[in-house]
Amino acid sequence: MSESKEIIGRIHSVETCGTVDGPGIRYIIFMQGCPLRCLYCHNPDSWNINSASAKEMTVSDLMADIRKYKSFMRFSGGGVTVSGGEPLMQHEFVTKLFKACQKEGINTTLDTSGFADLEIVSPIFEYTNLILLDIKSYNEETYKNLTGAELTPTLKFLNHTKEIGLPVWVRFVLVPGITDNIADIKEMAKFLSSFENIKKVDILPFHKMGEHKWELLKIDYQLKNTRSPSKFEVDKVKDIFAKYSL
Amino acid sequence: MYQEWKDFAPGKWVDEIDVRDFIQKNYTPYDGDHSFLEGATENTQKLWAQVLELMKVENEKGIYDVETKKPNTIVSHGPGYLNKDIEQIVGFQTDAPLKRGIMPFGGLRVVETALESYGYKLDENTRDIFKNYRKTHNDGVFDAYTDEMKNVRKTGIITGLPDAYGRGRIIGDYRRVALYGIDRLIEDKQREKRELTMKMDDMTILNRENISEGIKSLKQLKEMAASYGFDISKPAKNAKEAVQWTYFAFLAAVKQQDGAAMSLGRVSTFLDIYIARDLESGAITEKEAQELIDHFVMKLRMVRFLRTPEYNSLFSGDPTWVTECIAGMGEDGRHLVTKSSYRILHTLYNLGPAPEPNLTVLWSTKMPETFKNYCSKVSIDTSSLQYESDDLMRGYWGDDYGIACCVSAMKLGKQKQFFGARANLGKALLYAINGGKDEVSGEQIGPEFAPITSEYLDYDEVVRKFDLFLEWLAKLYIDTLSVIHYMHDKYNFEALQMALHDSEILRTQACGIAGLSVVADSLAAIKYAKVKVIRNEAGLAVDYKIEGEYPAFGNNDDRVDKIAYDLVKDFMKKLQKQPTYRNSVPTLSVLTITSNVVYGKKTGNTPDGRKEGEPFAPGANPMHGRDTKGALASMASVAKIPYKYSQDGISYTFSIIPEALGKTEDERIKNLTGIMDGYFYENGHHINVNVFEKEMLLDAMEKPEKYPQLTIRVSGYAVNFIKLTREQQLDVINRTFHSAF
Repeated sequence: MSESKEIIGRIHSVETCGTVDGPGIRYIIFMQGCPLRCLYCHNPDSWNINSASAKEMTVSDLMADIRKYKSFMRFSGGGVTVSGGEPLMQHEFVTKLFKACQKEGINTTLDTSGFADLEIVSPIFEYTNLILLDIKSYNEETYKNLTGAELTPTLKFLNHTKEIGLPVWVRFVLVPGITDNIADIKEMAKFLSSFENIKKVDILPFHKMGEHKWELLKIDYQLKNTRSPSKFEVDKVKDIFAKYSL
Repeated sequence: MYQEWKDFAPGKWVDEIDVRDFIQKNYTPYDGDHSFLEGATENTQKLWAQVLELMKVENEKGIYDVETKKPNTIVSHGPGYLNKDIEQIVGFQTDAPLKRGIMPFGGLRVVETALESYGYKLDENTRDIFKNYRKTHNDGVFDAYTDEMKNVRKTGIITGLPDAYGRGRIIGDYRRVALYGIDRLIEDKQREKRELTMKMDDMTILNRENISEGIKSLKQLKEMAASYGFDISKPAKNAKEAVQWTYFAFLAAVKQQDGAAMSLGRVSTFLDIYIARDLESGAITEKEAQELIDHFVMKLRMVRFLRTPEYNSLFSGDPTWVTECIAGMGEDGRHLVTKSSYRILHTLYNLGPAPEPNLTVLWSTKMPETFKNYCSKVSIDTSSLQYESDDLMRGYWGDDYGIACCVSAMKLGKQKQFFGARANLGKALLYAINGGKDEVSGEQIGPEFAPITSEYLDYDEVVRKFDLFLEWLAKLYIDTLSVIHYMHDKYNFEALQMALHDSEILRTQACGIAGLSVVADSLAAIKYAKVKVIRNEAGLAVDYKIEGEYPAFGNNDDRVDKIAYDLVKDFMKKLQKQPTYRNSVPTLSVLTITSNVVYGKKTGNTPDGRKEGEPFAPGANPMHGRDTKGALASMASVAKIPYKYSQDGISYTFSIIPEALGKTEDERIKNLTGIMDGYFYENGHHINVNVFEKEMLLDAMEKPEKYPQLTIRVSGYAVNFIKLTREQQLDVINRTFHSAF
């Protein structure tokens, strides 16, 4: 890789005090651009990679800022998480960033849908400590309806992490009426239980906190009438995963 | 050796008054977790239910009851009880619980106004005495104030000055009474007085008079204790006596003075030594030990002063700042966490959350994880704690300092401060632009320098002129404080509290600033964007238009953080140049308490885009909504403000919703501990931690009766949310709640 021309990352925003996207306190970088169009997305303003509101930064710019929070990461066992958008759309930048982080002993976590061409993005795995993998649905048709894309790349991605023994936390958003089919969930749990590298499954209840962003962008929000799942419903799904020791 | 000291390891403390030495020789650090703690006893529950009933009436009426005739002294009233048969710790400021006393020595008018605002009237005879025969502190101050001092006070460039009420912020070393008994303390003061004869100048005369007053007060303290059936002439012989006598000493202070902040010091680890001895000998059980602390804290929650509505708008929610410091590290490397550090925090469960006492954890990254995590748990559950960096302060004040009020550290029994409220730097900046004319009234208040006349503000010109005005303000500010403290010493001296100090003490002149983030952002806007001035017909700059973007304080951006740093440093250097009263050493705080709302009200539009009347950010906080990179960036900016130049403390208030700390309770606790370790490691000085949902506060505004004990941390203290004015409630709600996930 040539070092002469520094690669530029297009960044939606950063959050210095992330606590739910990986262990400890994390510096979170939300990358601009996403190939999926999830109906429940709470950051639709991160879809368009060419958006004028994105900030352009080099890895060294970003590292200079990240370094300021090293003590918080050290005390809490945290690190850096790259989220999005879909970070793998800018995989070269993220790979370089992760390499720089690891060089300074900073834990790296990739929050992804796994929707990417494995062969192209695979250099990133060498510098990644943990993957947060969003599996939107285990039913191919639901997946397509929900995201506008195919499920297969995500499953391939997961298989690959198993082969290389990379720890994964799976995340699943429970949306009443869309992803709450019990049979599908059971299938998914059964499938995931064969992966020793899956350390955790997070069930995230659907919420509408991103709705105002859809309105701002003048995109039709189809889940206006969809409710958040009750605690009971969430617990029921958690129980299913628990039965498969997840 | 006193019989009462048996089983204690002797040391220097036996021969001279030295509580620190006693603690160091005798305390037992505790590394375990909170599983040993006991719940409230039946008697505790019964008493607390009774207190809640009284407080309910108080909330409805404003005050529960008040004395209208007899001014308070240590022996003027009492004894008073809540339920004599079951109270482990006794004593009230007057003859009944929650009944407020009057203290006209600070100023007669405030007593009259306060009484009238609650529908009472001051006794004619008492009024006559203080009107015609006995001069007050307030009278003295106004006799000596210059016109300029009165003007800046009126326009609000200096506000909150203790010129009409007790200055407070003095901590008597109340532990001395329990450890030595009154007789020994009196003997010691008599010796000091005998030795003070060298040069009979006015300072020596004043010091001799002060000591005599102190001896009188100690005798009164003994008499007060006797009225409750206790002979405190000798040292306390067990845990119950140690708690009771420490409380009596504190009680005498709050009977004699209604200072703005009447802090307790650092008693829990001291008391732990007595409790540990009694537990060891089997004299008490853990349940009884907790009951003693619960009853002690219950009393501390019932300290009351009579305040005017004007005072309440500055420092709202009826605060008394009974600040108690917990834990920290010793100079020898052992931590100061004891089981009683846990016990006093545990009162927030046994009695429920409350703003007082103002529980302050002296944080060190080196303290046991078990204790740090327990503190985080208590914060998440109650939002009643504040934290201050022991790692930062220990280097300045050793390992036996306390916090007066919110953030002011002082070596116990060896140091006091002259409280000086704060100067409004936001307004000072506007004076610089307008050549000393007040932007609201148009009156010439400051020196008549040439105003800035350009269409766009030029950074260098603004900084140059601002510097001139700060020079003027620093001198005027210190001079004003000299008048105040000269008169306070003369007419309203804190005899009892000072009798619980050494004779040689360090005095600081505690100044303060408000509007740090407003000024830093304004200067950043002028430097990095373009700021156009809008003037009225009279040529007065009254508004500003910002063209472009500027880096705002609170995003960990050195371009603006450096401006804030320099501002604090430069103003401190200006204060240091001024001659002070009683050779006090000037210090500075970045603390507003709740006066950020009042300061905002009195200040016109500012060049950072803040509109006239909008509140300033509290303390050293960034302006709300401008810190866009998350909580840590905000914290990191605040942590850069140099304690070296702000030794009276730097206050930061942090509010976060529970979900943003993590998913499970365990994660939230660990992450909060990590946040504090990181913040203090980065040299942060103080942090208030609030953990709750905005929706709950909105609900509490509508249905206060549902939330009688809802406690929140504001700048440097905690308040009962439902006691805030609506305006202040909204200010709290509108501030940044970190909620990203």
